Amino acid sequence: MTAVQTPSTRHAPPAVSGPAGGMGPDAGPAAPATGGTALVAQGVSLGYQGRPVVEGLDLAVPRGQVTAVVGPNGCGKSTVLRGLARLLRPTAGQVLLDGRDLHRMPTRQVAREVGLLPQSPVVPDGITVAELVSRGRHPHRGLLRQWTRDDDRVVAEALAVTGTEDLAGREVDQLSGGQRQRVWIAMVLAQRTGLLLLDEPTSFLDIAHQVEVLDLVRDLSTQQGTTVVMVLHDLAMAARYADHLVAVREGRIAAQGAPRAVVTAETVEQVFGVRCRVRWEEPDGDLTVVPVGRHRSTSARPGAAARPGAAATATTAGGAS
Amino acid sequence: MTTLGTTTAATRPAGPATAPPGDPGLPARVRARTRRRSGLVLTALVTGWLAAFLVRVLLGDFTITVPDALRIVTGTEIPGASFILMESKLPRALAGTCAGLALGASGATFQAMARNPLASPDVLGITMGSSAAAVFTLVVLGGSGPAVTVAALAGGAAVAAAILLLSGAAAGAAPYRMILTGVALAAMLTSVVHWVLLTADVYRAHEAMVWLTGSLTGVRWAEIGRMALVVAVALPLLAAVASRLRLVELGDDLAHGLGVPPRQVRAQAMGLVVVLTATATAVCGPIAFVAFLAGPIARRLLGGHTSIPAAAVVGAVIVVVADYLAAYALPGTNLPVGVVTGLAGAPFLLWLLVSTRPSRQEAA
Repeated sequence: MTAVQTPSTRHAPPAVSGPAGGMGPDAGPAAPATGGTALVAQGVSLGYQGRPVVEGLDLAVPRGQVTAVVGPNGCGKSTVLRGLARLLRPTAGQVLLDGRDLHRMPTRQVAREVGLLPQSPVVPDGITVAELVSRGRHPHRGLLRQWTRDDDRVVAEALAVTGTEDLAGREVDQLSGGQRQRVWIAMVLAQRTGLLLLDEPTSFLDIAHQVEVLDLVRDLSTQQGTTVVMVLHDLAMAARYADHLVAVREGRIAAQGAPRAVVTAETVEQVFGVRCRVRWEEPDGDLTVVPVGRHRSTSARPGAAARPGAAATATTAGGAS
Repeated sequence: MTTLGTTTAATRPAGPATAPPGDPGLPARVRARTRRRSGLVLTALVTGWLAAFLVRVLLGDFTITVPDALRIVTGTEIPGASFILMESKLPRALAGTCAGLALGASGATFQAMARNPLASPDVLGITMGSSAAAVFTLVVLGGSGPAVTVAALAGGAAVAAAILLLSGAAAGAAPYRMILTGVALAAMLTSVVHWVLLTADVYRAHEAMVWLTGSLTGVRWAEIGRMALVVAVALPLLAAVASRLRLVELGDDLAHGLGVPPRQVRAQAMGLVVVLTATATAVCGPIAFVAFLAGPIARRLLGGHTSIPAAAVVGAVIVVVADYLAAYALPGTNLPVGVVTGLAGAPFLLWLLVSTRPSRQEAA
């Protein structure tokens, strides 16, 4: 039996996120009122050079919660995030940030309210962790506003929250993938935005580092009240860590809502085009998605000992993600 | 997709259970360490430049003492010494300094922008654009002085615009396409220069050849003034753009996310680089390898950091020292400075390559 199952982590299944922990007095928009929506897309169409990728997107990002955008490769999930991050101008519709048209706001103001971590940021040569994280303060600086103790405090907090304090003096290009990803998240945190957009924050990371990064994301949500939107390709991970799932297929939203409502055998087949068995384990709510495919389970083949119900050892399952 | 059965990922490093306050002194300490090194290196470089400048002005085949030099500069006429100092040594040292600053800063800016050490204005053909336009003006139109500067500016700007348009770099960072486009344009412009030289009369062609090698001989005070003015205005502006360029270095998307429009920053940097390169080229000719080498040398000194001011000073040191060698290394001959930078630059570049351990990104 080939199983796609979430690893057990210390987190309970996502519950309603707690009240804002508050990252300090100048958190500004980062101290959100829980409830409501932080970001809304209304009839948004997005495309590259006239080629439409996403059409008629209606999306509401719940404030203070973790939203995961899932879908098969090339379905437009990263494009959705680019639209929400203002990297792409919609050809139709609008994106509202707390009720204001995102594309009419001043660039710097957006940078103070929306933090973005793209899929493959570039590490400049010879830069230390502390310096890289400090660059996150840029939107809060100006010609006349020099670096202050306050900036130092924010950077130190970002390092502490992401557990990268010990790395502060190290060069970023000498860190491991997981450490580096935490450093990038620290940089976005130093931006002090109430809303974080993360594009595939776990790609290229092994399972332990994926969990490390996603645990951090949950911490931010439950402890700081940060609103997070992340693109994930791993359905089981998304279901475990997100409060709100958005399933995208061919540039349109196939389903959105609580993970339990979204991840059903029907939606998974509709979105990913793979027949599968979906099981929510009680009592902790772990999700198991078993892709069925064209073949019988290898363990059920003649010659192999049939072990019905036994969980498989780590194997790779295509399809379901 | 990672598939796990009953594996429990419980052995990962413990994350923060509660948000710790962090130590506000920590980032300050790390920054102070880097800043101390930058400060030291910059001070050392400026001292090095000052030493080279003094040697260039006071020593050589005609030694001038410091008190004499001071008296001459303040207006006293000393037979012989006055002429050599005011018509040769001092203008050459000043022109070399200005050109070195301009070329060093330009090269480092482009290399940082394209994230590629190959992307200096000389490789990209911007210097060649200025040269071709200047040679055309000198030889065919018989222009001189400001007309050459204007032509060099136009030529450099035309090549820069062509690179942006043809490589698609205007739409986003495309270092490789930019470099290849630049190499192609440079090759084309070299042919244009050859053609102009072949059809010109011998005297003019020789004059243009000397200029094309990169020479500080015969720079006039008016030209130095023009160059100094441009450098004094454009260098601080470039340093200001550089602080935003550092964010563009993180990738276009991330720069957007931090509130910095990458295309606008690139356009500003490119404009300033064209002005600086063209001004230096119009006066001294395309001095080989300075723009190309100043950035990497400065980075090496700074332990991997890019610093445009440091690269500018490195450029000034290279040109002043090279000009001293060009003037006095071979007794009785007065070589153009470009011959020395060209001869010394190539082995130096190879040494840099061999002695630099490839970074993880390059190796990957």
